[in-house]
Amino acid sequence: MAETIQFELNGKKVEIPLEKNQTLLWALRINFNLTGTKYGCGLGYCGTCTVLMDNEPVRSCGILMEDVAGKKITTIEGMSVNGKLHPIQQAFVDHDALQCGYCTPGMIMNAYGLLLKNPNPTKEQIVDGMEGNLCRCGAHTHIIDAIESASKKMKI
Amino acid sequence: MKDDKYYRDEEPENNPTFEVDRRDFVKLLGGGLFIYFQLGEFLTGVAADAEQQRSVPSDYNAFIHIADDGKVTCMIGKIEMGQGIITSFPQMVADELDTPLESVKMVMGDTELCPYDAGTWGSLSTRSLGPVMLAAIAEARLVLLEMGAQHLGVGKNEVAVENGVIFVKNKKSKKVSYGQLAKGKKIEKFLEVKPKAKDFSEYKIRGKSFNHADGVAKVTGQAMYSGDFRMPGMLYAKILRPPSHGATLVSADTSEAEKLDGISIARDKDLIAVLHADFEKAEAALSKVKAEYKFDEMKVDDKTVFKHQLEFPSENRVVKSSGDIATGKSNSEFIIESEYHNSYVAHAPMEPHTALGFMEGDKVVVRASTQTPFGTQDGISRELGIGLDKVRVIAPFLGGGFGGKTAFRQAIEAARLTKLTGKPIMVQWNRQEEFFYDNFRPAAVIKITSGTDKAGKIALWDYHEYFAGARGSDTIYDVPDAKTTSYSARDVHPFGTGAWRAPGNNTNTYARESQIDRMAAKLGVDPLDFRLKNLKDERMIGVLNAVAELFGYTPAKGPSGRGYGIACGFDAGAYVAHIAEVKVDKITGKIQVIRVACAQDMGFCINPQGSIIQLEGCIMMGLGYALTEEVKFTGGDIHTNNFGNYQLPVFSWMPKIQTKILDKNEAPQGGGEPGIICMGGVIANAVFDAVGARLYQLPMTPERVLEAIAKVK
Repeated sequence: MAETIQFELNGKKVEIPLEKNQTLLWALRINFNLTGTKYGCGLGYCGTCTVLMDNEPVRSCGILMEDVAGKKITTIEGMSVNGKLHPIQQAFVDHDALQCGYCTPGMIMNAYGLLLKNPNPTKEQIVDGMEGNLCRCGAHTHIIDAIESASKKMKI
Repeated sequence: MKDDKYYRDEEPENNPTFEVDRRDFVKLLGGGLFIYFQLGEFLTGVAADAEQQRSVPSDYNAFIHIADDGKVTCMIGKIEMGQGIITSFPQMVADELDTPLESVKMVMGDTELCPYDAGTWGSLSTRSLGPVMLAAIAEARLVLLEMGAQHLGVGKNEVAVENGVIFVKNKKSKKVSYGQLAKGKKIEKFLEVKPKAKDFSEYKIRGKSFNHADGVAKVTGQAMYSGDFRMPGMLYAKILRPPSHGATLVSADTSEAEKLDGISIARDKDLIAVLHADFEKAEAALSKVKAEYKFDEMKVDDKTVFKHQLEFPSENRVVKSSGDIATGKSNSEFIIESEYHNSYVAHAPMEPHTALGFMEGDKVVVRASTQTPFGTQDGISRELGIGLDKVRVIAPFLGGGFGGKTAFRQAIEAARLTKLTGKPIMVQWNRQEEFFYDNFRPAAVIKITSGTDKAGKIALWDYHEYFAGARGSDTIYDVPDAKTTSYSARDVHPFGTGAWRAPGNNTNTYARESQIDRMAAKLGVDPLDFRLKNLKDERMIGVLNAVAELFGYTPAKGPSGRGYGIACGFDAGAYVAHIAEVKVDKITGKIQVIRVACAQDMGFCINPQGSIIQLEGCIMMGLGYALTEEVKFTGGDIHTNNFGNYQLPVFSWMPKIQTKILDKNEAPQGGGEPGIICMGGVIANAVFDAVGARLYQLPMTPERVLEAIAKVK
């Protein structure tokens, strides 16, 4: 019998066979077909693969599945409820805080983790918290505005 | 219709391949009115890479389709990579046709469904494709009005149209919709004479700001990029890569990799791929392949490249010449000679090159992250030796391009492997491959000899551009005796180079605007005044005055210690001027960009918000090549391999950004590139203004800043 692991994914209990050296990023993208979480660099530099693990933003490309057992994982697909966008998602739409959109899921998840920890951040704290997420299109100012505005609307 | 290629939630279940050919597609759209129009002449003038050129068949038609429910489908061969034409094109279509904005949908970048297009580059969509498309839509509108009048039993001058509904002018209740008219009728009409599209004064939707039409899809993770498609039996291919450019494979031993579970090997001449249903397992197996290479490296590295370039045998051509250089020299009160260097930089889109290939009967279909679906189709056809009718390329959303995805090696690889195996093959480059195979913006040298006369007018401009590319090398200033010479050579670079957002122009504008600044400083006059005094072009003067007002600029001769820099330029039909404010840490050499203001004259602006976002993006992205981005290499061995040793701009760099798009009723021009061209020059000039040190090489790393400061002392 192959060893399996269980964890919570976007609010649902799931179980998959444990594959040695499999990372959370590729388990999400291949096993669960949750492709909103993007591959960007594979080494944790860019943040496009950011998801929440027990409400902490993590780089899913650097998390081994054996460390995911029993954890609570939230991806971009778990953010909207019944088609209603999460306030951060809505703020990204309202502030036009994206261009190509490839870094967007990682940006939103990292921002969510940031706001969970600090619901009323200053602009400097937001900039500091987002520093590790790369955007090549240069949507930076809109992203910061969106997160600032979401923090005011969110009730955590 | 279903935009299955764009959005995950609309992906037809159990049929991820969306198998339709053009005939089926017409069926899928239902009855309706088709307008064909000619694209030819507008696109033949576009400079395309030799790789991407193909003979222009006579049926290069673009479509607009009006379904029986009034939905308008606009099909263009362009792709969406964040530049926002998925938002602005429906504005143009709806406005010209008098139909609601929300009724217009785009189908883009599919060689089977869309008319030929050379590629999405050069900020050409709006300025080049736009007028052609609008002329056709203008005709469609007239045809519909005539049909409507006939349907309503009145003369054609007695009807008008609003929101896709044609009505009798003096009896509004008598009406018929576009959809009702188009239903069941298929009228084909070639446009011999293009009718005049609407005048600016008639625009209702154009000129208004709209948020990205794909925003919701992109914030929910539903937007589909090439790597997000899944097919039964799909395998990831990890391809054996040489350690450097200039290395040739001698032998490869795949036996260890083959022993691994679920692994298969595909080999086609020089292409050796390890296949597995899981990306990581394929990647792990690839590391078990033992390969030997022989090396034939070019003796050049990132430090010696400029000397190498100047010594390399090259061909030159005079791009532009007026008057006589000797006369200019004799008329000059003083002459300044400078040599500017610019380094190789990477495109580094967040999404690496990706392609999914699969067979549909004997047809190869590739979903590829490409800026040039038709060029890719052509390349695959050539590589596989099969007809264009046996190749379909579909570009879903691109995670950035910036010129880098005009190269489509990954799509060729996917096509070869899927043809070889018969299986769906996903080629998803990792970041190392993305850096290795990127066609970098070329390193370049610019030599300028310039002089001014007693009156402070530029009298001499002798400009030599080595390997940057000629775009933007023109003297934008009014100089009687001026000459621009461009040098080029095959094989001067040890690896691939190509078009990088506003190709050539970043390097040329940096050099030109630095030189202008040197001259102003030498004369002891304000650099803005000096520019204005030497410009004749009213639109360039217009953006300079606009940016000065926006910034709140007050004149001073440089270096003023304030850290203000100015630069202006011309790209893709648009005029831009920037003023930047910087702080320079004299101890560490670190430059902090405090503020950047930019004014742009791009003619009529379709979506002002979208254009401002492009401008801001240009400013943020431009900080990278100005301050940190530089590819390090020895021969064909590229040391830069991930974001750990290639620093992109980050949030803490964000300057205060001020933008202004001039309100103009002139033909719309490019907006995706112009805003980036001044970023090297404007920061270099600001650094000079701050500390009196001139930077002759980009990027302006702390080390180079300290060296330049040391030279001042």
